[in-house]
Amino acid sequence: MKKMTMYMEQKEVKELLAPGHRACPGCGCALAVKLILRETGSNTIVVSATGCLETFTSPFMGSSWEVPWIHSLFENSPAIATGVLAALNAKGNPKGTKVVVISGDGGTYDIGMGSLSGMLERKDDILYICYDNEAYMNTGIQGSSATPFGADTTTTPVAGDSFGKMVPKKDLVAIALAHDAPYVATASISDPVELCKKVRKGIETPGPAVLLILTPCNLGWGFDPSETVELARKAVETGIFPIVEFKKGELISVKKIKPVPVEEYLKMQKRYQHLFKDDVFSEVLQAIQKSVDENILKYGLA
Amino acid sequence: MKGKTAILEGSRAVAEAVCACRPEVISVYPITPQTHILENLARFVASGRLKSQFVRADSEFSAASVVYGASATGARAYTASASQGILLMTEVIYAMASTRLPVVMTVVNRTVSHPITIQPDHQDSMSLRDTGALQIHVESLQEAYDAHVQAFRISEDPEVQLPLLVCMDGWVISHSYEPVTIFPEEAVSEFAGTFKPVQKLDPDKPLTYGSYADQDVLMEYRYALMRAQDRAKEKIRSVAAEYREVFGHFDGDLIDTYCTEDAEMVLIAMGSLVSTIRAAIDELRAEGRKVGLVKVRTFRPFPKEELLEACGKVPLVAVLDKSLSVNMGGVLATEVKSAFYGSPNQPIIVPFMAGLGGKDVNRRIIKEIVDIACRKAEQGYRERETVWMGLNYEFFGTEVK
Ligand SMILES: Cc1ncc(C[n+]2csc(CCOP(=O)(O)OP(=O)(O)O)c2C)c(N)n1
Ligand code: SF4
Repeated sequence: MKKMTMYMEQKEVKELLAPGHRACPGCGCALAVKLILRETGSNTIVVSATGCLETFTSPFMGSSWEVPWIHSLFENSPAIATGVLAALNAKGNPKGTKVVVISGDGGTYDIGMGSLSGMLERKDDILYICYDNEAYMNTGIQGSSATPFGADTTTTPVAGDSFGKMVPKKDLVAIALAHDAPYVATASISDPVELCKKVRKGIETPGPAVLLILTPCNLGWGFDPSETVELARKAVETGIFPIVEFKKGELISVKKIKPVPVEEYLKMQKRYQHLFKDDVFSEVLQAIQKSVDENILKYGLA
Repeated sequence: MKGKTAILEGSRAVAEAVCACRPEVISVYPITPQTHILENLARFVASGRLKSQFVRADSEFSAASVVYGASATGARAYTASASQGILLMTEVIYAMASTRLPVVMTVVNRTVSHPITIQPDHQDSMSLRDTGALQIHVESLQEAYDAHVQAFRISEDPEVQLPLLVCMDGWVISHSYEPVTIFPEEAVSEFAGTFKPVQKLDPDKPLTYGSYADQDVLMEYRYALMRAQDRAKEKIRSVAAEYREVFGHFDGDLIDTYCTEDAEMVLIAMGSLVSTIRAAIDELRAEGRKVGLVKVRTFRPFPKEELLEACGKVPLVAVLDKSLSVNMGGVLATEVKSAFYGSPNQPIIVPFMAGLGGKDVNRRIIKEIVDIACRKAEQGYRERETVWMGLNYEFFGTEVK
């Protein structure tokens, strides 16, 4: 009940992501960012990479950002954030302004990885949030290294012997932990209270924090816009997207689940439909379930 | 004002100038021959002499991005690079100029791969020609110092607000030792002033930087860049004049001229080559040959009117280039020709490629250039063909001759 109160109170705060932006209806990313900003408050400078978020929030003369926001390029949001932070620090940061990055999986796992690695290594006091819709959506659903095994995208197409993405998703949590990032966590838009808490913790942690949020994309994954939150919830309940939290490299919390078969999650999305149409893909399904089981074991989710 | 003259390495002279201008954020990534500048600055910061946020970046791309973010947040920002590093920064510099973020950057000119070599030419900074960034090319260690002291004020001027690249030839300037006069740090700091951004990222007044736009505004953005570069001309001039007043040094504003008054032929060049040309002209003049020099100091904004005026009624111009626009010849020559196009006194313009990849250009070669240009003029030269100085045709075997 206490949790509920906290959430309701926050709702009365002015939204810092103004309505009227151009995201698709039911966009998981838009939902996540609204929640994130409720928690960061207005004394925050947000940096974003090129991608859906940048495009749908910042049409010239029509910005949705009620906080200072900067987008520069696709591959440099961590370095831009470092520069923003350095400038604040150079002036003593009298208002205690926080710096938060919100970038997509392409900007994070792929093209911005070097920049992110640099930011983490320097121990810059920045909260880095990746909204993970598991593909390059802004350019039309191409596979990224965050695209999961077996998913159909325009560059990991299902054709001939190809069953979609033929290699697994990169493990961003492990990468962040390998950098000794003092706070590393995952969150889901299906649990806004917890998501907000983790944003707060990430902000309050001195040094870099990495928060990975699964943000279902109805356009890219193929589901009805009304099901966004349900999709996010199913990803958590099946164990394909483990909700974990690390402080100084120690696993301090996981979201316990009573695992449901991963097929229940996969079946809801067009990007996995091919796996159910033909028996030849049963091995792929088994492989996905196996990796999910490993996740469940690794983090002790069940 | 009286300065202190000491034998300094070029990189040290630059670091002294930058240090005295008190950048609040410095971001660095090593590349030869730029590295000595950042090493000097690192020491100044570590020892407490300079109170800057000193950011080691994971690449030049990130180094440029760090100063981008810093400038947008209202801090005076500095970075430096060369060659491949400049190419890697290119995307960021385009964005920086269009977002109208002032940053001062040193380009320690070095050619670009391949073959990979650490020798100097202007190919790296010329690749930034169209970014919108300002470019000042210096000829000597002293000018490298002077130009850096002036740079922040030009770049950060509310009428300008553009990244400014101070370009200096690798090794010849960065690694040479020469007497350089540097001025008291306080006086330089005062001259450089502080950065007063017109706008910045600030929670009290949230602004959106780097928004998405369709066809409605991009052309307008580019046009605004053109206008800003035009306004920069006046600023470069006035800051140089003020520098002369305060410190007594003057390296020219947009251009510098030498022996042009009665010249029958003018050489046009940029960077350290200019010093060699000065020496060659002294010798040529002693032989009674009326040769002059125009140093293009600001490659951007390009000194169109100034060139025309300085060359007056000179019938013959030779342009010496250290960068190549493949298939069209030297980049400077292309710009010079375009500046003279349609002018009533359009001279014969003979383009020379001299010193690519560090190939030596000495006084003898300059004199050769003068001779070749005169011969071409006598033959009524109207060709576009660039003369490549010192090209080793044997390299190609028998095919190309
Ligand atoms: C250097 C560079 N390469 C490619 C692009 C084209 N591009 C723009 S957005 C984008 C996809 C972004 O994907 P992601 O980071 O996953 O964010 P999403 O669009 O999915 O929200 C790409 C490839 C670019 N802008 N810059
Ligand atoms: S394509 Fe996906 S991520 Fe992009 S705006 Fe639409 S729903 Fe959101």
